[in-house]
Amino acid sequence: MRKFFFYSCLLIVFISYVFCSEPSPVSKVTTEWSPGDVETPAPPLSEGIFPCSGCHEGMPVNPKRRQLRDEHTGIVFEHDSKNRWCLDCHNAANRDKLKLASGALVDFSKSYLLCGQCHGPTFRDWKAGVHGKRAGFWNGKKTYFLCVHCHNPHSPRVKPIVPFPAPEPPKGEPLFFGGQKK
Amino acid sequence: MKEKTVVGDNISRREFLEKSALVAASLCIPTFVGCTKEEAEALLQKHFLELTPTQVEQVLRRMEKENLKKFAKSVKVGTEPAMDKVLFGYGLDISRCIGCRRCVHACVKENNQSRDPEIHWIRVLEFNKEHGIDLPEADPYYCSPNSIHDENSKRVSPHQLTELTAKQKAILEKPESQYPLYHVNSDEDKAEKSACKVPREDHFYIPISCQQCENPPCVKVCPVKATWKEPDGIVVIDYNWCIGCRYCMAACPYGARHFNWAEPKIQAEDINQDMHYLGNRPRPRGVVEKCTFCIQRTRKGRYPACVEVCPVGARKFGNLIDPNSEISYIIKNKRVFILKNELKTRPKFFYFYGL
Repeated sequence: MRKFFFYSCLLIVFISYVFCSEPSPVSKVTTEWSPGDVETPAPPLSEGIFPCSGCHEGMPVNPKRRQLRDEHTGIVFEHDSKNRWCLDCHNAANRDKLKLASGALVDFSKSYLLCGQCHGPTFRDWKAGVHGKRAGFWNGKKTYFLCVHCHNPHSPRVKPIVPFPAPEPPKGEPLFFGGQKK
Repeated sequence: MKEKTVVGDNISRREFLEKSALVAASLCIPTFVGCTKEEAEALLQKHFLELTPTQVEQVLRRMEKENLKKFAKSVKVGTEPAMDKVLFGYGLDISRCIGCRRCVHACVKENNQSRDPEIHWIRVLEFNKEHGIDLPEADPYYCSPNSIHDENSKRVSPHQLTELTAKQKAILEKPESQYPLYHVNSDEDKAEKSACKVPREDHFYIPISCQQCENPPCVKVCPVKATWKEPDGIVVIDYNWCIGCRYCMAACPYGARHFNWAEPKIQAEDINQDMHYLGNRPRPRGVVEKCTFCIQRTRKGRYPACVEVCPVGARKFGNLIDPNSEISYIIKNKRVFILKNELKTRPKFFYFYGL
């Protein structure tokens, strides 16, 4: 009898554990996010520049913040330049990777993780497909363009561009929208 | 003997009927004289929704033949029906739109609009930030000599006039594979410094096309039911049934409908061969046309052409019924507005602030 009581208690505890326990919250580290049914094209690296280790391998690292004079002189750095510089995002030890604030290394193809560290709401919208450009199928496979396909990471503000031709105004008629000077 | 029924003074009822039938028949003859078999068939064709599947098939084959003859190019005219449990919605982020008018020209190319006289289904309006959305003051001709605003907007480079340059055509050729702004920007450095560029300082842009209303005034006024709302929410026109009365254009509060005043001209090399009966098949003279959310693409699951060409990703498209779609996310999470809300047309075209 006692044995039966013991086993039934055990059974109740087990059942209550199975049914009542919440799945333990898994902490989602941002590095784990990857686009599901989407593709991202390769990042638009300047021609012939990658792998960076091609030149940087064996080169002594100069951690001093300075104006670059010999290489990468075309880069205009206007991205919180007061507080940051090259080695905040580029990894000194392995130049072919980018470095997150946590010290974790990510590929250039996953640079959105780097951008998302500061631009949280924008990163959230991008993952939902609302910030940035999409191509492909509204109900299926999509191409997600990376942050760096639109924004130059060193100077992210969008620059003005020349627009495509304007419409021809109708001849001799008042216009429906606009065209009526006040 | 029974007396003849007399109409008027000297014509019997029978004679009158015989003669009027003869006159009616003789009036009809010139209509078909000089008509090819195809043209006669087109003239006698029934309303699209009343066609049987066999008739639809015949109509499509006839259209493919007509287009082959006209453009010396094989085309495919489809009639893909609306998908189940789909209601299309469109989002446009006016905090991102830079007014580059790529959508306007991608739309022209995708939907076989007339190049001469020019028809644009999308009109991009420029507004002054100081005045907000003030429609009468909006400028659709910014960065062209016809700009109604300041002199700066009239300072244009030669290729901003009317013709698309070879480079611009190449951008429209394969929009989905084109990198967005980054590469455009690096090219732009070489462009003329003085040319009018967008976004212009202190201005914002709102592109306007058909709002695909849930309560469309254009459909209500059509006297022949040549335009109607499809189950997926797209307002379409049967160009073969349209009589060109333009009531719908008068009824539309968004200026979204356009009339073919002359025979539309499109170069054979510019023709988009993937067509839909209710969408982008070349229109005849004398009918009204409008945006159909690129029905020939979206009913196959693809994004509309304007969405894919937008270099800043301001244009969003999806299924309003699907709670996980991009457009549902926008409506849930962003500040959304519709144009002319007070008219109760209930547009499915939502403008939002993505910032």
